[in-house]
Amino acid sequence: MSLSIIESCVNCWACYDVCPSDAIYDAKPHFMIDANKCTECEGDHADPQCASICPIEGAILDAAGDAINPAGSLTGIPPELMEKAMAEIQAR
Amino acid sequence: MELTVLNETQSASSGGCSSSGCGSTDDQLSHLPDDIKQKVHNHPCYSEEAHHYFARMHVAVAPACNIQCHYCNRKYDCANESRPGVVSELLTPDQAVMKTKAVAANIPQMTVLGIAGPGDPLANPERTFETFRRLSQEAPDIKLCVSTNGLALPDAVEELAKHNIDHVTITINCVDPEIGAQIYPWIYWNNRRIRGKKGAKILIEQQQKGLEMLVARGILVKVNSVMIPGVNDQHLKEVSRIVKQKGAFLHNVMPLISEAEHGTFYGVMGQRGPSNEELMDLQDECSGDMNMMRHCRQCRADAVGLLGEDRGDEFTLDKIAEMDIDYEAAMKKRAVIHQGIAEELAEKEKKRAALAAVKVPSGPAADNTHFRPVLMAVATSGGGMINQHFGHATEFLIYEASSNGVRFISHRKVDQYCIGNDTCGEKESALSGSIRALSGCEVVLCSKIGFEPWGLLEEAGIQPNGEHAMEPIEEAVMAVYEEMIATGRLDEAKPENAQISA
Repeated sequence: MSLSIIESCVNCWACYDVCPSDAIYDAKPHFMIDANKCTECEGDHADPQCASICPIEGAILDAAGDAINPAGSLTGIPPELMEKAMAEIQAR
Repeated sequence: MELTVLNETQSASSGGCSSSGCGSTDDQLSHLPDDIKQKVHNHPCYSEEAHHYFARMHVAVAPACNIQCHYCNRKYDCANESRPGVVSELLTPDQAVMKTKAVAANIPQMTVLGIAGPGDPLANPERTFETFRRLSQEAPDIKLCVSTNGLALPDAVEELAKHNIDHVTITINCVDPEIGAQIYPWIYWNNRRIRGKKGAKILIEQQQKGLEMLVARGILVKVNSVMIPGVNDQHLKEVSRIVKQKGAFLHNVMPLISEAEHGTFYGVMGQRGPSNEELMDLQDECSGDMNMMRHCRQCRADAVGLLGEDRGDEFTLDKIAEMDIDYEAAMKKRAVIHQGIAEELAEKEKKRAALAAVKVPSGPAADNTHFRPVLMAVATSGGGMINQHFGHATEFLIYEASSNGVRFISHRKVDQYCIGNDTCGEKESALSGSIRALSGCEVVLCSKIGFEPWGLLEEAGIQPNGEHAMEPIEEAVMAVYEEMIATGRLDEAKPENAQISA
């Protein structure tokens, strides 16, 4: 059981510092999770820490390969409301 | 240490000067108590005067961040963008110390080392504090400062005080969680991601608590705010009032940067930034409440050099590796140069005091204070002088002349239209762009100006003036204002094109 980081990662280091298992390492072209060390934070925290601080939607996947932070989850705007939100912001 | 309530000092000394100016270029510092003035006089980010003489640098040791701001996209790695949160290469604390010493030895005017990102310095406590600890030991002649979003600030105050950091900048964009939720979509707090209003409320509480704790410890606090039209523009007046009340010594209201190509949420969504006039009006309204800072250049998190310039390219890691720095020797040289600058500044201060005595119009209209204030743009390459060709100016300093004297308002960036190639097809449109940047001004002062821009400026209602080349800015601005009074130009209405559009 391990989470993984994919290519949309922007190498911001935020996950590196908060991982309780030291499972994240600075690799090229982007940070990686050592599958042998990752515990998905079980026993340490209620939520996986890397996915709780990652600023990029879709960059961290769960063990099943699904995005833990899917599109719209970090901006707070679900895709179907995007157009409406954009119109509101542009009216400012 | 007790901080004076700035507003009271202002009212007592000048009867309030929020709308019409209150003296010198340096008016954001002139009302400060002497002990604070002493601390900031050679800090380029706090003193409009000092920034012509002293340089600063940022070391990019702090990539991680614990919140999301809608004006930041966290892709910090860009060589060509110049804005907060962007750097070319991240440094380890060890590399940062090497780079700082190399810059200090080669640019002896560098007096201030800041950690400003590209993430939040206090969300990278080990890297940030290791850098501060080593520099305070190995380069004691450099002032240290840090900027933060404030979330982790209360827990860091003790450690900051240990490293002898006497300036902290907190970015405070709101004091109302409703507004905060439109700026900060989430924060990382106690090992959870907290979204919306709830997250914004925690962030605001931590910022305010941090501000109070720093003031109680005698650490100077500057507050930065990003002006976001339609989100916090009106609200920032209240922010200004509250942070002043709590003891912040300076408030810096900066315009939102939201170009779509930067890929930030605001950029992609089409949130606009404020116009020059909107920014200036808000800064004026806030200055009724507290000292305002107007010369901020919103620099990169790895900037090196004087404000507005970036010499980072001269100090890349491979170039530093080849430098052999004897810091003991460098410190001696630096001390001599700092002394020289201090003497030059003292000389200027004396001249300024003499000027202050005559700064109120003394011409034929000496008793008439009903003339409107006039905005003038100045092309300068530094030193407080009018010493730049109009076509070479990458930015103009905007001054206001009125019956109360001359005051610095802001700087406005323009594209250089003259690149020394007459066949350049973009020339004319770039020139009209720089004229647009001067909207609201009635005069532009420069050392020289070409025939073509002269005509276009006049058409736009802006009078070009090259008669005061190599003169000190404030004296020249007042001389032109007095001339305008004497020749009756201020008896007429402001030219149509120079009207400030809201």
